[in-house]
Amino acid sequence: MYTASDLRKGLKVIIDDEPYIVTAFDFSKPGKGQALYRTKLRNMITGLTIDRTYREGDTFEPASLEERAMQFLYREGDHYHFMDNETYEQIIISEESLGDAKNFLIENLNVKVLLFRDRAIGVELPNFVNLRVIKTEPWVRGDTSKADFKPATLETGYELRVPPFIEEGELIIIDTRTGEFSKRVKE
Amino acid sequence: MAKNWPLVRRKKALQQRAWILQGIKQFFIEKGYLEVETPHRIPTPAPESHIDAIPSDTWFLHTSPELCMKRMMAAGYEKIFQTCRCWRERERGSLHLPEFTLLEWYRAGEGYHSLMDECQDLVRYVATAIGLGQKIIFHNGEIDLCEPWERISVKEAFDYHSKTPMIEALKRNLFDEIMVRDIEPRLGKGKPTFIYDYPAERGALARLKQEDPSVAERFELYIGGLELANGFSELVDSEEQRKRFHVENEHRHTFGKRTYSLPDKFLAELDNMPPSAGIALGVDRLVMIFLDAETIDEVVAFTPEEL
Repeated sequence: MYTASDLRKGLKVIIDDEPYIVTAFDFSKPGKGQALYRTKLRNMITGLTIDRTYREGDTFEPASLEERAMQFLYREGDHYHFMDNETYEQIIISEESLGDAKNFLIENLNVKVLLFRDRAIGVELPNFVNLRVIKTEPWVRGDTSKADFKPATLETGYELRVPPFIEEGELIIIDTRTGEFSKRVKE
Repeated sequence: MAKNWPLVRRKKALQQRAWILQGIKQFFIEKGYLEVETPHRIPTPAPESHIDAIPSDTWFLHTSPELCMKRMMAAGYEKIFQTCRCWRERERGSLHLPEFTLLEWYRAGEGYHSLMDECQDLVRYVATAIGLGQKIIFHNGEIDLCEPWERISVKEAFDYHSKTPMIEALKRNLFDEIMVRDIEPRLGKGKPTFIYDYPAERGALARLKQEDPSVAERFELYIGGLELANGFSELVDSEEQRKRFHVENEHRHTFGKRTYSLPDKFLAELDNMPPSAGIALGVDRLVMIFLDAETIDEVVAFTPEEL
């Protein structure tokens, strides 16, 4: 059991029988009053965020999530197919449950699938993934405009901003935690 | 070879912090106050429902210098002030540090309203001393420090800023939630605000108001939504104080917290204390206001996490 004073960013707890992760947290205490723990919590199944205030002494059941090493196989509509690396069992995760992770899934990528009570609710990606640029404006040499970045589309359909020297067809490294360009891959 | 960049970046803030501390001391010295120092480590803290002391061997680190300073008042020291470190267990957030700096001052023969005046003078004096004008910017809002500052009762604060009246909030045990969520963020906008006359049970060491014993003569100062200081007309009746400490200890027991033994020497001397008013002001927060800092972390050299 956790108590309110254990609350911190990243803690996973069960509320109304569903797993939530603390995404923002602050401690407040009106003069001589009781400690209040103000949180934002994201439902790890639906992705919806709620605001909740807890008091000292409130308790929480930890959300114990099982992690299994799996490989992303392919996508079919909004169904994403994964295979367990040990048992070869295949599972499907919906696009909704994947959240932003769907932007970085390419075939054969190794990920950790999170299971809550045997139900797959999301995936944890490697911090960096290599993805190919399928669309971006060419770089005009000698262009002195101030633009440090330009838009680009990746093979997953994800759109982001990249430095002007990145060209179509190039492989680049994305930081999956921020969704931002990290560096180009020397091929 | 690791360079501590956060600490490097705080250099200017820490310089200004030092000036603010000097300004505070200058203010009290000019007004004829005696600067005192009392022990940080004490046998027992004042039992209060929601303030937890950090144990130090079989004693505790003080949560404020209140008990020792009142014993000095009882011994005939009439105008005293102190700035010191205080410790409160598990208090950590963007406005809280478990170890923080408190300014506390006491004055004999005065009530809480004249202490509000003095508090107002202090903040304005320090603003001038560090080269700020009477208008400051805090959290994207301009705050005018010119007198008069707003003074409203706690009951009025609930009437103005909350749909739930104070009595109702107390009954439903929502007083603190409403205070933090609906009221505090709206206090001290444009001009600093004092809210005064707290429900009696919210002032364990404060005198009750003669005309209305349902409230204690306690006030808080807010600037830009930030709670800065807490003061009151002191309770100087040891019998009554002992009873209140027992009640606070009972609350602690119900919350599953450790109870504290009573500060006997303080209680034995309390009846000698003249009618007085006393106040504690969070120095780190005053620095935050003058520097327009987002979090308390920006105005101290080290947070606990950085040690």
